[in-house]
Amino acid sequence: MASVTVYGTPLSPAVSRVLACLFEKDVDFKLAPVDMAKGQHKSPDFLKLQPFGQVPAFQDELTTVFESRAICKYICNKYPEKGNQTLMGGRDGGLLAQTSVDQWLEAEGQSFNPPSSALVFQLAFAPMFGFKQDPAAIEQNEAKLANVLDVYDRRLGESKFLAGDDFTLADLAHLPNGHILVSKNEDLFMSRKNVGRWWVEISARPAWKKVVEMQNAPLG
Amino acid sequence: MAIKLHGQPWSNNTVRAMAVLNEKGLDYELCPVDLRAGGHKKPEFLALNAFGQIPVFQDGDGSVFESRAITRYVATRYKETGTDLLSASSAALETWLQVEGSQFNPPMFRIIFELGIKPLIGMSTNMSVVENESDKIGTVLDVYEAHLAKNKYLAGDEFTLADLNHMPEIYILSKSAKFDLIDSRPHLKAWWEDISARPAWEKTAVSLPF
Repeated sequence: MASVTVYGTPLSPAVSRVLACLFEKDVDFKLAPVDMAKGQHKSPDFLKLQPFGQVPAFQDELTTVFESRAICKYICNKYPEKGNQTLMGGRDGGLLAQTSVDQWLEAEGQSFNPPSSALVFQLAFAPMFGFKQDPAAIEQNEAKLANVLDVYDRRLGESKFLAGDDFTLADLAHLPNGHILVSKNEDLFMSRKNVGRWWVEISARPAWKKVVEMQNAPLG
Repeated sequence: MAIKLHGQPWSNNTVRAMAVLNEKGLDYELCPVDLRAGGHKKPEFLALNAFGQIPVFQDGDGSVFESRAITRYVATRYKETGTDLLSASSAALETWLQVEGSQFNPPMFRIIFELGIKPLIGMSTNMSVVENESDKIGTVLDVYEAHLAKNKYLAGDEFTLADLNHMPEIYILSKSAKFDLIDSRPHLKAWWEDISARPAWEKTAVSLPF
């Protein structure tokens, strides 16, 4: 019986980040839908779980956690013996390895996430929800993201994965936005040799494939 | 090798690293990076941080970039020295560390960059950015206010890294005309008064140009 509940839809990038981590760690969970069209994410009950009114919310028995990257770290801390043992620091597992993961996870959150989320909104969600696209925003964010990916390309020429030799949370954090962006404009990633190699590898992981299956599953 | 911190005292991200080093009572050398002269784009600096950004931390064991990775590293490596900054449940600590980085910092940085940092580096303030971001950050600060009404510190009963990571930006805001964002919210105000009265913070603050 799963003690873990994730609240939200697998189509939300932040929710899918958590699902990827749960599948990597082989931790059973229940997915509870949140009807955002009906404003369920702003209901008093939901706000008790996530006071900013955003998905995902997460509960493990009586413990609540929010912010997808925090949830991922919590899962790794709580279930160190389960599933993937190297998400928080590779085979070394010591402080320097952990710090490398933290460093690249921060790079994802502070440098990759803002322009990639803006592009995900413009290229995927705006058309889906009937908002008008903003060509200037697309151009600016593509340029910002290009600079970030140039740094990644150099790094991934020296290192198999962002934090070192093993796949870690730092790589995993990129899967949700990466997946959407590659489906809209493969060139961004694939025109860069090392980023392309890395992307093919991380997106082929069985845990991520399970998340994509959930995203593609018919509703209801 | 002694601890070196590459950065600038007018940079909120550098101040975050300075704050944790002072909380831990650690000696360090602040190595100024001349951004105007392109010091952050020089090969020696890019070798430390390929993103070409300050701060970068170096000690005998290695180098770290991204201020929040630096503060995390120092808090963990030197856990037994000075105040333990990680004394909270994993759930609460991880949550509020991430809330700072994802929810609080983006709008707060835009405000304090315009009001506090630009004047120090010879750029002019864009007041419409300040007004826009001040409007948007209200809902975020209301969540903090409600949380601090029930919790002494962000992650529970003790001062932790989660509180510390907020300090540079709030301090810079406190020197500006927009401090009412904090001051008008009683629990946020009380929390700020408590944490900014810490001797380690006072030591950091006197060395800053704000």
